[in-house]
Amino acid sequence: MRTSDWLAARVADAVPDTAHGRRLTLAVPGWPGNAPGQHLDIRLTAPDGYQAERSYSIASSGPGESVEIAVDEIPEGEVSPYLVRVAEPGDALEVKGPLGAYFVWDPADPSPVQLIAGGSGIVPLLAMARARAAMSAGAPFRLLYSVRTAADALYRDEVERLGAAGLDVTWAYTRQAPTGWPGRVGRLDAERIAQATWMPAQHPLTFICGPTSFVEAAADAMVAAGHDAARVKTERFGGS
Amino acid sequence: MDSTPHVRPDPRRVAQRLDGNALAGMLDAFAGLDPALLLLTCGHCGRSAALAEWSVEMDAAAAIVRCRGCTRTFATILRRDGGIEVRAAGGSISTPSAV
Repeated sequence: MRTSDWLAARVADAVPDTAHGRRLTLAVPGWPGNAPGQHLDIRLTAPDGYQAERSYSIASSGPGESVEIAVDEIPEGEVSPYLVRVAEPGDALEVKGPLGAYFVWDPADPSPVQLIAGGSGIVPLLAMARARAAMSAGAPFRLLYSVRTAADALYRDEVERLGAAGLDVTWAYTRQAPTGWPGRVGRLDAERIAQATWMPAQHPLTFICGPTSFVEAAADAMVAAGHDAARVKTERFGGS
Repeated sequence: MDSTPHVRPDPRRVAQRLDGNALAGMLDAFAGLDPALLLLTCGHCGRSAALAEWSVEMDAAAAIVRCRGCTRTFATILRRDGGIEVRAAGGSISTPSAV
């Protein structure tokens, strides 16, 4: 199958995750399966024929015709408010994918993996962490997850569960931390990134996903700390 | 043992006049490849990176691919009549070395 084909899909499940984010499971007959970290395009068609397309990271991976995404609502957005507020199980849409062979984790790669998520940038990184957790033995993983507040964190419960099961998780809060949080609140700086990540000598493969400004700052900090730029992979979305 | 006299030009270095059909096989390497993996090199500043790492400004009609190093436009990609038109501005596109 060529990825240029649009596939008919239906919303199979829609679960609120945060006040402005929702997890959607899509049933996509003919979906060829996807690698952890890939994305898909979604196309919505209005009754008058107007179409809108957007890219969304996939939170699931592996074979099967069920695909999970998580969508954070962008106020004034064209597609995300529909997916977060309006779409219900049974609703039809179209998807194209899986897309992107660059921001992908290969489970056969034994290198330590550093995941750095800003906000809804957690989605493709969660797919990687889930794929790792499903293996009996695989690369060591660390996750640095920056959110405004605890209530804004997509997949918060699952990340906590993965942490309890052995994933090395560091939370960073930019606006407000939970009561009793010992760390400092505010944007990540180079020092906190260095404390929460593998050292350059461990030669990790790093995946950074989030808003453009977050990704640029985190990637710059990793490279400045001595990490090989070619092993710092980034995926940016929205704004600046 | 090679008994060919070394006075003949290297056949790999002699240009032949052909038509575009001759490129179909050579450029086929692009066709099956994930575009995000293509290696783009900026013709202005020389920065080289996978397409996945380039800056893209996109709206419903077009996407402008710009260099993260010098901000020059590399290409403009337009949606046209259900298809795609790529307007190349400057630089080179190559397959990643593993391909």
